[in-house]
Amino acid sequence: MKLIKLATVAAVAGVCATTGVQAQTLAQTKEAGHLKCGINTGLVGFAFTDDQGNWQGFDVALCKAVAAAIFGDPGAVEYTSLTGKTRFTALASGEVDLLSRNTTWTLTRDVDLKLTFVGVNYYDGQGFMVPKALGVTSALELDGATVCIQTGTTTELNLADYFRANNMSYEPVPIETNAEAQQKYLADACDVYTTDASGLAATRASFEDPSAHMILPEIISKEPLGPVVRQGDDEWADINRWVLNALLIAEEKGVTKANVKDMASSSDLDPEVARLLGVEGDYGSMLGLPKDWAANVIAAVGNYGEVFDEYLGPDTPIGLERGLNALYTDGGIQYAPPFR
Amino acid sequence: MSVATGAPPPTFRIDMLWRDERYRSGFIQAIAMIILMLGVAWLVNNTIENLSALGKDFDFGFLWQSAQYDINQRLIEYNNQDTNARAALVGILNTLLIAVMGCVSATFLGVVAGVLRLSKNWLIARLMTVYVETFRNVPVLIWILLVAAVVNESLPSPRAFRGVDTGAFVATNRGFYIPAPILDAGGGIVVGIFLASIVALIIVRRWARKRQDATGEQLPLFWIGLGILLVPAVLAYFVLGMPIRLEYPELKGFNFGGGIYMRDSLVALWLALSLYTGAFISEIVRAGILSVSHGQTEAAAALGLRPNRAMRLIILPQALRVIVPPLISQYLNLTKNSSLAIAVGYMDATGTLGGITLNQTGREMECILLLMGFYLIVSLFISTVMNIYNSRVKLVER
Ligand SMILES: N[C@@H](CCC(=O)N[C@@H](CS)C(=O)NCC(=O)O)C(=O)O
Repeated sequence: MKLIKLATVAAVAGVCATTGVQAQTLAQTKEAGHLKCGINTGLVGFAFTDDQGNWQGFDVALCKAVAAAIFGDPGAVEYTSLTGKTRFTALASGEVDLLSRNTTWTLTRDVDLKLTFVGVNYYDGQGFMVPKALGVTSALELDGATVCIQTGTTTELNLADYFRANNMSYEPVPIETNAEAQQKYLADACDVYTTDASGLAATRASFEDPSAHMILPEIISKEPLGPVVRQGDDEWADINRWVLNALLIAEEKGVTKANVKDMASSSDLDPEVARLLGVEGDYGSMLGLPKDWAANVIAAVGNYGEVFDEYLGPDTPIGLERGLNALYTDGGIQYAPPFR
Repeated sequence: MSVATGAPPPTFRIDMLWRDERYRSGFIQAIAMIILMLGVAWLVNNTIENLSALGKDFDFGFLWQSAQYDINQRLIEYNNQDTNARAALVGILNTLLIAVMGCVSATFLGVVAGVLRLSKNWLIARLMTVYVETFRNVPVLIWILLVAAVVNESLPSPRAFRGVDTGAFVATNRGFYIPAPILDAGGGIVVGIFLASIVALIIVRRWARKRQDATGEQLPLFWIGLGILLVPAVLAYFVLGMPIRLEYPELKGFNFGGGIYMRDSLVALWLALSLYTGAFISEIVRAGILSVSHGQTEAAAALGLRPNRAMRLIILPQALRVIVPPLISQYLNLTKNSSLAIAVGYMDATGTLGGITLNQTGREMECILLLMGFYLIVSLFISTVMNIYNSRVKLVER
């Protein structure tokens, strides 16, 4: 008898354990009371801890924005630091529900790894950083160099392509995190550090003497970096996509962290702003979110331009120009579909 | 107990399965087996269903697609256009290399430290105790990282050698360079003669032993052996016009070229694994020697054997019976610990198949299964070989 019971328990447990993880991410997130967000292990500007030990940064802001959209509270996030190698497994297994970690949109990741990229929050490309003392001014002079790369990234594939195409050889030094790479590079255990140009700028900004290092002019790849979710839960993808779009539309329409409250109560509003802030229509409920979700997002983190300026812009030690990441109205390619 | 019962066995009833001693143990084993199978079936089923819930299938096709990444340490020809399977093979060879290097040097270290720890010299014995206790009691990962950090941070970078005459050995923060032997025409003959000498040496030793058994006379085997080993090869070397030379490392561009390059990752892993496992082996060796009763040493002395002969002929053969079985598990540990290579970027099987390939293709399940299979096969192979050796050294009971 006992045995039969045991077998039944095992069988039931088997059935229960296999119930799908798809299509209910929003419900599960609401139930948990916080968003599970995957970020960097640490990269100045993109994801770093401030004096109080709280996560801050360009990529972290997106986690906060999504939390603000769902809960009205940008603090309702549980962060998980992920390396280039662990990030996709963490996302696929449900350890995180949103991955906001300098992740390049590629066909393999989109299709074969069963991920969904909800947009591009930073258009980037891969570059090289060298100590000025090396006396190198172009990537084409790097034949035979020792190169530090983060494993599990597009970086190592681009690097292999670039050196092969230019008939050069190199010695790859595979590394897990940006911090390790930085340490090896500064100890001269590699001649060159290569990763996304934004990451290079951020890494260089954290050096004791940034002026002793230069970023070579060659950009060898396209790296559209964006937030990622699991494939298969379209409602969840939509929410994340439109949080990013809302940030861009807010910048386009001049809605800022400072004026969003006043705007929402002002009488003569631009019609798109009225829809965005939930004054008109019921776009929130289409997404399964509160009416004023976008207003909450902007009140919490600001619009796209504000986020960029706060963490990466010319006034920060990283000092990145908007470049491709300017709005299409300012000569860039950041362009959100209409909010209607 | 062996009295045969005359009565015919009673007819079988179902409750005899658990009441009757004759059937009970078989019955329990059968039940346990069924439960185990059910458990396994459940796990497998659960995995398959979860994979399909994620929209993933189970397919090893990726192994034959191009890997697209480069590997620094390659024992066989490989470039980024080769397949993932070949990349895995490069990693597997790197694992085997570190395992063999590690086992050899750990054994050497362990035997030396184990014998010295029993030394009558107080200082030496204490020093060995310190070595054993520090290495045994700190996780091996820490040692690996420590060695790597020391190499990276304290040695000069190749650039510091610009304009410096470096000579045969170079130590940089990217690893060590040693001279590489280069065989010119005829070099192969010298190597061949040397190998033949080794075979000859083995034959001569056998013959000398037989002779000793028959006549009781001993030959000065050490000098004869040295002669057999070296004289023909050295003669051939000079007769053929010195066809083997050493290639020294030389600074070329960003790095040294020529010579043999032992990367910082290899050195860190090798040193740390050898020192760590060596500490365990030394304890095994010490215990083995202590397990041979002191009476044996005294008896050997009474027969007129000098101490080192007594050690070689009386003590060690008996100690080996105690040493070999735990030694097997140390070799297995070292091989499995070598997968910590990932911490210093040594591209072993875990770094290629279980690292970059897994990551770039997203085939977690397939890669991890293959990796487990690989470590299992290597471990079983080591066990088998060592067990054969063990059965040869163990006490033959009559
Ligand atoms: N965009 C590339 C590379 C991403 C990447 O790993 N970037 C580095 C430097 S920009 C990083 O974020 N490192 C931080 C960390 O180690 O956690 C990819 O998606 O594969």
